[in-house]
Amino acid sequence: MSTNSSTYHNNCGLCRVDIQNLYVKNHNDIIINNINLSLHCGELTAIIGRNGAGKTTLLKAIINERSYSGNIVFKSHDDKIIKKPVIGYVPQQLIFDKSTPISVSNFMLSAKNSRPVWLSTTKNNSNDIKQKLKELECEYLYDRSLGNISGGELQKVLLIMALDPMPDLLILDEPVSGVDAVGLDIFYKKIISIRDKYHIAIVLVSHDLNIIKQYADRAILIDKTVIAQGSVDYVFSSKAFKNSFGLIE
Amino acid sequence: MEIIYSILSAFPFEFLHYKFMINALIAVIVITPLFAMLGTMAVNNKMAFFSDALGHSAFTGIAIGILIGLKNPVLSMVAFGILLGLIISRVKYFKTASTDTIISVFSSISVALGIVILSKNGGFSKYSSYLIGDILIVTPKEIVLMLITLAISYLVWFKIYNRLLLISINSSLAASRGINCIFIENIFVILLAVSVMLSVKWIGILTINSFLILPPAAARNIASNSKQYHFYSLIIGLFCGVTGLIISFYADTSAGATIVLTSSFVYFLTLLINQIRKTNTA
Repeated sequence: MSTNSSTYHNNCGLCRVDIQNLYVKNHNDIIINNINLSLHCGELTAIIGRNGAGKTTLLKAIINERSYSGNIVFKSHDDKIIKKPVIGYVPQQLIFDKSTPISVSNFMLSAKNSRPVWLSTTKNNSNDIKQKLKELECEYLYDRSLGNISGGELQKVLLIMALDPMPDLLILDEPVSGVDAVGLDIFYKKIISIRDKYHIAIVLVSHDLNIIKQYADRAILIDKTVIAQGSVDYVFSSKAFKNSFGLIE
Repeated sequence: MEIIYSILSAFPFEFLHYKFMINALIAVIVITPLFAMLGTMAVNNKMAFFSDALGHSAFTGIAIGILIGLKNPVLSMVAFGILLGLIISRVKYFKTASTDTIISVFSSISVALGIVILSKNGGFSKYSSYLIGDILIVTPKEIVLMLITLAISYLVWFKIYNRLLLISINSSLAASRGINCIFIENIFVILLAVSVMLSVKWIGILTINSFLILPPAAARNIASNSKQYHFYSLIIGLFCGVTGLIISFYADTSAGATIVLTSSFVYFLTLLINQIRKTNTA
């Protein structure tokens, strides 16, 4: 039953995410000043901007970690509002205490279900996690301590978690910093295949303009508010882009 | 209780021939698993100083209870502990100063305020017993209260543990999965405040934090996953609690402090094991 409903959901139950009149303030500093944009399913939208432009803050508002004013609305095809959208999130860098006694499987299971991970794992749960790790060729991570795995391995784990359950919206915040070119390629090919297979909306924050050129369907340039949006080529050739990044191309 | 007394006093151990020792033993067996459990998360979240402040605020809790004329100040202690815990967690988010500074400010206020009120008219010495606590005065009624607290805490723990764990690793990741981080953290703070305040009279303001922090700190040295972390912490807490209590009986010392010394010994033992393992794998 659950497989059915989730398949339905992933066949793009979500149509788009509308962000309207978004403001985020930190005391008196305005971090986001009236952002209006839409993220569409089946598209990889890249958010770009200089440091401090509010990219990460925008993502934090979407995942409801930052309080904001304005609307962030998830809509289905028949224009109904999805109240509890499934969001997958791959954070910029997982900063945590590496000495925490937690294994990769503990970490993955704690996000997945409510059975306390200090109890024994059920066979179903452990097989499921093993299977998912296997798909990204990292089954050996299962029992490893979370603090002892490499940055690339951690990104794989985070991606698996973000895709389980398959989200309506996948958020990638500088997801592959510190990974080599080959690893980068594998990572984005996987993302693209997920976009095409499940037709989910994907939003990517990255400083790597080459990656964006290669993989993004659309780009949105922000500097507290949206200053250019459209096709990647269009945004990259815009005046606002040159003002933000200088004439690097 | 009478049945337990008669069964335990049949053992050929001298300390089991005294009712107060049996009460203390049962109290230790109830308190240490509770603290060992909560402590795992307190250490994960780097809240050792926070829980210390919570313990110190007991003075103000007692003082408020006396001011409003309560016979038993435990209610006002719990209420004040919860209030202080929630205020500190709230102010932490303002990010006006580092967390340890903020905790220190509130800790100072709550210790000083308590002492000022209690020392009015020179009556402070009455309350100085709270500083080191006395587990030998615990009554069966209080043990039952602790047992209920233990049961409720474990139930809540069962419900919120995974979410707390995820928040302790990365709060953004937790938020993205629809977890209300502040709400879950507040539940944890309340559990902590209730447990500390209910048992501070027996364990002592100065030593209560060690009950919370030392067993999980020792467990961390030898655990590599959540399951080990929990069970090592539990076993170390129980073992040190019971051993410390027995030693204190024969050595005629304060039970709380003796238990803490036992735990410290185990902590350094696990640290040694940890270092030996590291050298072997390196």
